[in-house]
Amino acid sequence: MNDALGEPQSVLVLGGSSEIALATVNALPRRRLRRIVLAARPSAARDLAVTTLTAEGISGVTAVDFDARSTESHSVFINEIFDAGDIDIVLLAFGVLGDQEAAEADPALAVEIATTNYTGAVSIGLHVARRLRMQGHGSLVVYSSVAGDRARRSNFIYGSTKAGLDAFAQGLGDALHGTGAHVLVVRPGMVRTKMSAGMPEAPMTTDANVVADIVVKSLRRGKETVYAPGPLRFVMAGLKSMPRSVFRKLPR
Amino acid sequence: MTQSLSLTQGEKLLTGWGRTCPSSARVVDCSSVEQVQEVIRGAGPRGVLARGLGRSYGDAAQSGGATVLNLQSMDSVAFDATSGTITAGAGASLDAIMRATVPQGAFVPVTPGTRMITVGGAIGADVHGKNHHVDGTFGSHVKSLTLVDGAGGVHELTPAGDTREKFWATVGGMGLTGAITQATFDVIPITSSLISVDTQRVNDLDEVMSKMIAGDDKYRYTVAWIDTVSPSGRGVITSGDHAPFEQLSARQRSEALLFDPKALATAPSIIPGGLLNKLTIRAFNEAWFRKAPKSRTDEMQSIGAFFHPLDGVADWNRIYGPRGFLQYQFVVPDSAGHLIRTALDRLREVGAPSFLTVLKRFGASNPAPLSFPQAGWTLAADVPAGIDGLAAALDELDELIAAAGGRLYLAKDSRQSPQMFAQTYPRLSEWQKVRDELDPQGTFTSDLARRLSI
Ligand SMILES: Cc1cc2nc3c(=O)[nH]c(=O)nc-3n(C[C@H](O)[C@H](O)[C@H](O)COP(=O)(O)OP(=O)(O)OC[C@H]3O[C@@H](n4cnc5c(N)ncnc54)[C@H](O)[C@@H]3O)c2cc1C
Ligand SMILES: NC(=O)c1ccc[n+]([C@@H]2O[C@H](COP(=O)([O-])OP(=O)(O)OC[C@H]3O[C@@H](n4cnc5c(N)ncnc54)[C@H](OP(=O)(O)O)[C@@H]3O)[C@@H](O)[C@H]2O)c1
Repeated sequence: MNDALGEPQSVLVLGGSSEIALATVNALPRRRLRRIVLAARPSAARDLAVTTLTAEGISGVTAVDFDARSTESHSVFINEIFDAGDIDIVLLAFGVLGDQEAAEADPALAVEIATTNYTGAVSIGLHVARRLRMQGHGSLVVYSSVAGDRARRSNFIYGSTKAGLDAFAQGLGDALHGTGAHVLVVRPGMVRTKMSAGMPEAPMTTDANVVADIVVKSLRRGKETVYAPGPLRFVMAGLKSMPRSVFRKLPR
Repeated sequence: MTQSLSLTQGEKLLTGWGRTCPSSARVVDCSSVEQVQEVIRGAGPRGVLARGLGRSYGDAAQSGGATVLNLQSMDSVAFDATSGTITAGAGASLDAIMRATVPQGAFVPVTPGTRMITVGGAIGADVHGKNHHVDGTFGSHVKSLTLVDGAGGVHELTPAGDTREKFWATVGGMGLTGAITQATFDVIPITSSLISVDTQRVNDLDEVMSKMIAGDDKYRYTVAWIDTVSPSGRGVITSGDHAPFEQLSARQRSEALLFDPKALATAPSIIPGGLLNKLTIRAFNEAWFRKAPKSRTDEMQSIGAFFHPLDGVADWNRIYGPRGFLQYQFVVPDSAGHLIRTALDRLREVGAPSFLTVLKRFGASNPAPLSFPQAGWTLAADVPAGIDGLAAALDELDELIAAAGGRLYLAKDSRQSPQMFAQTYPRLSEWQKVRDELDPQGTFTSDLARRLSI
């Protein structure tokens, strides 16, 4: 249970090796934190995160195997985690950027991206929502992207999965409104992580810890959607109202 | 069982009086013991909890996903003049009880700073009032109570005899031993509904405290309000006794036992409208100090004005805005009286001036393992939840309080750590043994219980 001063006791990270998610875990208040579940495919990054957080004095840090694409396993998976105790905050952070050009040429690759970013998120998102609803409280943070605000020529496959995810998460938030369970949709711009490594930096590119601080602050305030960094909201409003003929010709 | 993602009929979002940390639950109105039994037996995986009028500040009277019993229609009130006791349904409010019995010359044994609480809540939290140093808690005056346990079994519990352990585990048990459906308790016989009040305005905290030590036992009721804005810790001590009929004027005698709080209570008009902020809190503290006479004796006040000044202001808990507020209430033994000043200083430093801060001396504790009061000083300060640095400041104070042998009041708590709770309620495991007998499956639980691993 979150306490009156917004201190959570338990956190579940779906995509437990995501740099943005781990930065978010780092930014959360820790005075009452006693359980962190890192759900991810096995990796050195996941193991390192368990070791680090444990060394920092958090008592119950565990890693569990999770693949967003194995939707048939999601029900049992989520039930086991929630049966062991209420979860105050769930971070839904997994995602792949994919290779746009390759995916245009090979639709099977596009399906992979869509399955992870959209189908997988819808599946696990609904299972999480069911359990938050059952426990009567808790927050789900969904990492969407400005790429979903308006899909661009250069990455419309990834962008479309985020557009779908964003719409799903907003609808889920509306469905849960007033139930004590709450959804926060975060729309980061470009963030320096392994996902964006090697790509030319877009304007307003930021770091994972900046996104993390925005998430934590927004959770405290009970916000429902937030851009990271904040002023991207105005940039995106401008881009969204741009005529198609102009938008199409924008660089990148 | 499929459940809708959206709130369905009968479900409600519940918070405590501080309006922090909401959770939703299915609220079921019960009007008989049989109905209570039936709901308990049909409880889902998230269990059951009884809720009164939700005047506890934190998460004691809510339980996310559970079935919450509303017993407000179990509100019978019967005064028996021969035994000098009241038998009331657990859902009866102290307000309703006073309306029924004050005109018959009977006053409740203990009333907190609001009368908008139920008998169930008064026993569940084992509430105290301005007379704790003389009369103890509400639970100390209960002669018997009816409890429905976690399996739906009905118990008649009394403070002595075979059922005494279950009785005292239920007093102060925060609803975790079962649902109380009825109780019989002693009254204070009165010959008028007026309180004869002495007021003293005192210029600093040390003087407030020494005056209270010296003067407490001269009165049945006494409490001090402390100005949290002024570093001096100046305050106003008010003390009183039920005025005997002989002390009344001729006009007062004509309606000696009148209890009609709407007409008589003077709602403090200096409570600021709109949302509170540092300026209005400062202004309020100044005005509250100034409005008190430097020294006045034998002023006749109504029950409402003396005990429940805030009950005249509807929904005053909303003035803290959407982030809500909490009340930090602790008790420390006399030997750690200096922690009162430490706490006031710390709250002021962190920018959490309090709107209404109350200092009182407690008498001895009672046999209930989880009852809050113990001999010494208790301070209660309302603070807005949205202040930066508050969590750290309160954790530091907690440590000092725990080290000094003190503790926090569960009915006000919304933030202490499970370690703090376990350390400062050393009789927890003794209490848990009795709870496990009454509720082996853990059917009764609350957000507070989960948060603190009770
Ligand atoms: C303005 C104000 C002033 C106050 N002043 C004081 C004071 O001076 N002294 C003091 O001690 N407290 C004080 N309080 C706190 C209040 O008296 C207690 O929190 C009290 O328990 C509230 O009663 P309630 O009926 O609203 O119960 P709730 O807040 O609804 O419930 C409180 C607890 O009792 C349990 N409970 C309620 N009904 C039952 C039942 N039928 N069976 C079993 N368990 C039950 C609940 O599960 C919960 O754990 C004050 C509160 C306010 C808002
Ligand atoms: N970085 C950016 O510029 C940026 C911008 C906007 C939005 N976002 C979004 O923010 C979120 C976090 O991204 P990030 O920057 O932190 O990148 P990241 O470090 O690469 O994190 C993404 C994580 O998703 C995991 N993942 C991928 N496929 C998975 C699957 N099938 N099952 C389970 N986990 C899977 C990856 O884990 P493994 O591969 O190790 O299993 C990886 O750790 C993503 O949703 C991303 O789309 C990122």
